[in-house]
Amino acid sequence: MIHFVVHDENDSVGVVVVEGVKAGQKLNGWIMDQDKSLDVTAKSDIPIGHKLAIRPLADGATVIKYGVDIGKTIAPIQVGEHTHVHNLRTKRW
Amino acid sequence: MDLSKASFWGYKRENGRVGVRNHVLILPVDDLSNAAAEAVANNIKGTLAIPHPYGRLQFGADLELHFRTLIGAGCNPNVAAVVVICIEEGWAKKVADGIAATGKPVAWFGIEQHGDHDTILRASKKAKEFVQWASELRREERPLKDLWISTKCGESDTTSGCGSNPTVGDAFDKLYPHGVTLAFGETTELTGGEHLVAARCRNDAVRRKFQHMFDRYQQVVEAHKTNDLRDSQPTKGNIEGGLTTIEEKALGNIQKIGRKCIVDGVLDKAEAPTWPGLWFMDSSSAAAEMVTLVAAAGYTVHFFPTGQGNVIGNPILPVIKLCANPRTVRTMSEHIDVDVSGLLRREMTPDQAGDKLLECMFRTANGRLTAAEALGHREFVLTRLYESA
Repeated sequence: MIHFVVHDENDSVGVVVVEGVKAGQKLNGWIMDQDKSLDVTAKSDIPIGHKLAIRPLADGATVIKYGVDIGKTIAPIQVGEHTHVHNLRTKRW
Repeated sequence: MDLSKASFWGYKRENGRVGVRNHVLILPVDDLSNAAAEAVANNIKGTLAIPHPYGRLQFGADLELHFRTLIGAGCNPNVAAVVVICIEEGWAKKVADGIAATGKPVAWFGIEQHGDHDTILRASKKAKEFVQWASELRREERPLKDLWISTKCGESDTTSGCGSNPTVGDAFDKLYPHGVTLAFGETTELTGGEHLVAARCRNDAVRRKFQHMFDRYQQVVEAHKTNDLRDSQPTKGNIEGGLTTIEEKALGNIQKIGRKCIVDGVLDKAEAPTWPGLWFMDSSSAAAEMVTLVAAAGYTVHFFPTGQGNVIGNPILPVIKLCANPRTVRTMSEHIDVDVSGLLRREMTPDQAGDKLLECMFRTANGRLTAAEALGHREFVLTRLYESA
């Protein structure tokens, strides 16, 4: 069963595609562009459609998704942690 | 799917364009004419009024866009004939003349010096004549290239970027080599991925025009913003669905233009393309505004991927909804035409998802009503550029 998908193997984050992911749950990921697998343990409860970090991110780090810059962190983020508006912001506007 | 000999059944119009619907439109030029237009549509079964709130005291480019959108809606080949109603005769005639250039039947009526009753009586007689004439038109088999397909996504979430938007991209990549006329837009929703679109432009002239449109829209945001647009772009629904930044939303959005199509040209709002290929239209990212603009540009079928479940339709342009979010497919099934949630479970390949959308496209083009049509979604929303005088 796939719990989360990653667009590109160089991305910083994946997207949870099942409902009800809980902290501590072992998650199976699918890297779509390279068709590879990746296992991550969830550090937070994560709603369907929301992101989790698949590599550790320092405060102020650039976050990569689709192989492209999608913004910068405003707090350090651990692998498996929910990554959203509380710790990631746009670099535009 | 082999599209080399693909065809559909459509209505060939007087100017050679082919429609997939056969509407008789009752078109108010301004807000004051809505009541009469809706009364005519109520009197004459099988006609369709498209009320809207604008048309008075507009000027300059905003007025030009108003006329271009109304005339374009009337010219759309999904429309068989049009009854135009306006408070003043002059503008009724102006809009009717613009539509009559296609060769389709058009009649116009001014309310001043007549009042609503007399206008409704005269317009209803004409509408009855048009609807009975249109009811005898027959579909004929036409090649795939006669379809014009537009796309815009809405209430997107992260599943849009991994599932439903790449499905549109797969379909666009398959349609493009067959001479289909395609369109995408949503200018601010390319922010963070504009370099990817620029790199896909046919040549430097197209790239310069795209960049000019993009930069102009950024200036509008910069001039009016009060924060980083965190309450608007991404929307609350986008954020609820897991999208965090405009860059992330844009990169998901751009999946809709596939991996192979070239951006052949750039259109102003509601402007009709002049040859086949993929066109970028400068447009708002608000769903009903953008879909109204591509309807006015002459597109005849629309692909609308959604994540959290946008319910939009359009009176003249059939809107096909596709969704990859299993929760939305479950909770809002009546709005979804194509379920591609299997993509995220690896039960479906992108190629299969694209084919499933194309199959729905052919059925829709041949006359099957979309979910939005069956549910009565007829959002007709005019884009305004600035205040009225």
